[in-house]
Amino acid sequence: MVEVTDVVCSLCGCVCDDIVVEVENNEIVKVKRGACSVGKSKLLGHERIKSPAIRENGELRECSYDEAIKKAAEILYKSRRPLLYGWSSTVCEADKVGVELTEDLGAVMDNTASVCHGPSVLAINDVGLPSCTLGEVKNRADLVIYWGANPSQAHANHMKRYSYVSKGYWTAEGKKGKKMVVVDVRKTMTTKMADVFVQIKQGYDYPVFSALRAILRGHEDVVPDEVGGVPKEQLLEVANMVKESKFMMTFFGMGVTHTGARHNNIVNAIQFTRAAHLHTKANIMPLRGHYNVAGINQVCTWETGFPFAIDMSRGYAWYNPGEQSATDLLYRADCDAAMIIASDPGAHFPGESLKHLAKIPVIQIDPYANPTTEFADVVIPAAVSGIEAEGNVYRMDNIPIRLRKILDTDYLPDEEILERILTEIRAMREKEGE
Amino acid sequence: MEGMNVRLISGRTAVQGQNLDSKLTEKYFVEVARCDMNGNDMEKLGVAKDDTVKVTTAYGAVIVKAKQDDGNPEGMVFIPMGPWCNAVISGDTHGAGMPSFKGVDARVEKTAEAILPVKELMRTYMG
Amino acid sequence: MADGELLIRNGVVYDPINGVNGEKKDICIRDGKVVESVTNPKVIDAEGRVVMPGGVDIHAHIAGGKVNAGRIMRPEDERKGVEPKTKVCRAQSGYSVPNTFATGYRYARMGYTFVMEAAMPPLAARHTHEEMVDIPILDNAAMPLIDNNWMTMEYVKSGDTDLLAAYIAWMIKATKGYGVKVVNPGGTEAWGWAKNCDLNDAVPYFDVTPAEIIKGLAEATEKFEMPHSIHVHGNMLGHPGNYEMTKDTYDVVKGIKPYRDRPTMHATHTQFHSYGGTTWGNFESKAGAIADYINKNDHVSIDLGSVILGDTTTMTADGPMEYSLYQITGRKWTNHDVELETGTGITPFLYSGKVSVHTIQWAIGQELALLVKDPWKIALTTDHPNAGPFIGYPIIISHLMSKKRRDESAESMHKAIFDRAELPSVDREYDLNEIAIITRGMAAKTLGLHEHGKGHLGVGADADVAIYDMSPEEKDAGKIQKAFLNTKYTIKAGEIVVKDGEVVAAPPGRTIFVTPECDDKLMDEMLVTLKDKFAKYYSVTFNNYPVQDAYLPNPYEIKAPWRSS
Repeated sequence: MVEVTDVVCSLCGCVCDDIVVEVENNEIVKVKRGACSVGKSKLLGHERIKSPAIRENGELRECSYDEAIKKAAEILYKSRRPLLYGWSSTVCEADKVGVELTEDLGAVMDNTASVCHGPSVLAINDVGLPSCTLGEVKNRADLVIYWGANPSQAHANHMKRYSYVSKGYWTAEGKKGKKMVVVDVRKTMTTKMADVFVQIKQGYDYPVFSALRAILRGHEDVVPDEVGGVPKEQLLEVANMVKESKFMMTFFGMGVTHTGARHNNIVNAIQFTRAAHLHTKANIMPLRGHYNVAGINQVCTWETGFPFAIDMSRGYAWYNPGEQSATDLLYRADCDAAMIIASDPGAHFPGESLKHLAKIPVIQIDPYANPTTEFADVVIPAAVSGIEAEGNVYRMDNIPIRLRKILDTDYLPDEEILERILTEIRAMREKEGE
Repeated sequence: MEGMNVRLISGRTAVQGQNLDSKLTEKYFVEVARCDMNGNDMEKLGVAKDDTVKVTTAYGAVIVKAKQDDGNPEGMVFIPMGPWCNAVISGDTHGAGMPSFKGVDARVEKTAEAILPVKELMRTYMG
Repeated sequence: MADGELLIRNGVVYDPINGVNGEKKDICIRDGKVVESVTNPKVIDAEGRVVMPGGVDIHAHIAGGKVNAGRIMRPEDERKGVEPKTKVCRAQSGYSVPNTFATGYRYARMGYTFVMEAAMPPLAARHTHEEMVDIPILDNAAMPLIDNNWMTMEYVKSGDTDLLAAYIAWMIKATKGYGVKVVNPGGTEAWGWAKNCDLNDAVPYFDVTPAEIIKGLAEATEKFEMPHSIHVHGNMLGHPGNYEMTKDTYDVVKGIKPYRDRPTMHATHTQFHSYGGTTWGNFESKAGAIADYINKNDHVSIDLGSVILGDTTTMTADGPMEYSLYQITGRKWTNHDVELETGTGITPFLYSGKVSVHTIQWAIGQELALLVKDPWKIALTTDHPNAGPFIGYPIIISHLMSKKRRDESAESMHKAIFDRAELPSVDREYDLNEIAIITRGMAAKTLGLHEHGKGHLGVGADADVAIYDMSPEEKDAGKIQKAFLNTKYTIKAGEIVVKDGEVVAAPPGRTIFVTPECDDKLMDEMLVTLKDKFAKYYSVTFNNYPVQDAYLPNPYEIKAPWRSS
């Protein structure tokens, strides 16, 4: 038995990196400490796709990596407008090959931010983002706000490592020296921990942000007695907490990206942070869901200029989310092949978008079978990044951390699978003398 | 049975997250093919714990198991993010790039219909 | 590296490090290096053309977290300058924050072959390296920020210079960096509380002044045979009247002996630090006063930070300055404070010739170049993209070489240039030798890279060559500008990468990093304190912090031993 320390979790955007596991016979047999229940589940492993496969007559027939890769290359090469989607649960090294593949094919490349924090990225496009690293929050924040998020369920280590429960340089007392405000439409395990729970009428985040901004800018007289289900007294209470704090940190989630005004909610959340900055040090950060969704946004941006929903059919990157985000493309039946990697649109896309996915050839690259597998015409099982393959990822605060390789495997890493597909496509093109 | 108009939202849960890599398991099915409702709403609908309900929106209908969560205000239904909730979510993002995963008008009613296992649910998209 | 032999024949060579000033000379290349002679070379006829070593840029923000944050924030900038992929080139986009591929191609087309990434937040060093790997052609290096770090401030306060040196050594090694970068020392830590510091204010909680930090870092840096001095973006950047503080900042390191014949401080983007007046209303140029100081002292070198008119993106580790800029313009703003280390602010900015302040700023950058007598003390920069994008370098070159061009430009700018700046009264014109100094020679020497093949064309140098399609006699500013924008040839490590202004090959470059060496006992003592900080205050573990070898596929190491005396 070998103890491995400093293990980096490859599940959510917290990217906890102080995990300790025990390895025996090339298997993680115990997660000793550092991981939450979700990360632990990932590390201990799940049933894997046994072999590459190609669908024939409705059934998946097992085959070699070579055959599956060739078939995948053929599908993409023949396609006129392929969609390359996912990317958020793999490493940057694989993402780079993905961008190269997108450019080579003139394809559309999109990632899970489209159904998650895409609106946050759109808001950043518009107004920028006043933010910081998670250690800043740990060391300085005495007011933590979670808005439209439920970290107890989705980012279970977040409060203990980085925000409300954690202890740092100026926050040695932990919770005792801090206040937490949770804004949500319903009671959750997170709201139960709050000093102040602000219950909003579903979809009314936008006017509540506006009301708080007005109060922070000295115009509380324009705020009515109730905004979005929140009584004015409570809005004034929150505004006072902001004014009395030394360092205010707002984390936000799908509660504001998925509803009503979408990216405009986030713009308003950012402007609320700026209004707070007139009184205190105020920063804001999206709670990224997957361990490397921030990373695919980073890689796409420095390589193509844009963070997601990139259409390279013109030979350069064209950016218009809402037009060529993956769900829109599928909804309009505006793609004729799809490669799904490190994601699961079968589970996470609206059903209406899946109807077109059923009609087109689909390549799936993933360690695990999932609802998307039902749509796949080629299945290519991959090594698990962070357990069987190493590589770079970006945490939710955009800090890059390197995933470790802990176990050996015969599965190919994503990077290699993609490189081989790209090589095959180029060989096909050369053969046809183009 | 009488139905009720509600607001539908979706989101993450810990057990759903623990099964991100095992979505074809019973654990995932039990956790995700369900909807949480305030106890008063369940009473109005005549729905008891573990009864099946049908949730219908303008975009589709899905059968899930009912669970009580008094943290929900009345008139609000929560289905964990995943294939069952997405069966009733629109693919139209109104040019914003983001589907309406939360805040969808829905109708809930008690039903005797069975919940579709995930593979069968996927097949309903295959025409 | 091209094994083949190359002969550049009959070019007019400007190689200031080797004292070659406009000499008709052949350059022989083999195996990627300049050699004495060749036997069977491919011949490039450079008859009547200007030949220089590949350009060396001492300071530009081209790779890393804040550059990318600038890109994400500015899709409108990314929509400019789009070019479809070609057989050789990846797709390009962007103007003031180009994508990494465009960055490499455009610099190479201007004849540059090395760029120093000006500021690398150590906690995010992996990001800088990931982007540098994606910049084609150019060799590169990056300077980690080590001035607002808690370890630095604590050692400065306790006076433990040796331990500070050990910390510097560890940081430069852990980040695979090149030297010590200083940006708004103390002030960016204070910005963690929405405050700022000027040179002699005590940093809240840490109780040291920026002046003490600068002095401590200079002393600690000179404990090593460090190729480059501390590289300083001083406090109060951009504020009217800051020129006095600038001179005071230079004075801080006056008594400290550098390890060899080079300055003890490189003061960067000096244009932003040469401001007179007390408000924006009576704002005026004090480039003359700063130039005067530089003329009288040898311990400081500068680079211009010269303004290019137009829309650009400002980005620095000077969080508070960026916030005030955003408050002035009301445009978008991104901030990113980095735990225990530094911070970042980014906001777009438009320099307009119609605005008095911008016009004076535009004049200041050129005044510094023209009023400092010795070009070996100056490097040409725009603090890309802060004062303007690097693609504007040829504009500055043509202005420095042509009084006529300067007068023409001034005519369409704000009249304030005539009474609140000196430029219209300066007649001096740069010659090609001086241009070669400020665009390659000085930077290579000041960075210590001339000992590693950069910035010159003597035997043994890297075969990095720029051939400009212009005669040495050319006086027309427009033709000069055009020639410096797209070379006739750029050769990198002996391979032709640009021909007739087009990229014809895009091999990867190398990342150069420094390994300072220090006593194990000293290092161990420092590590006790550092590990304690990791355990209590950082959000990543000590073992996961250093940049792993995988991030530098083409490394070049320079050792910096502890000085024996």
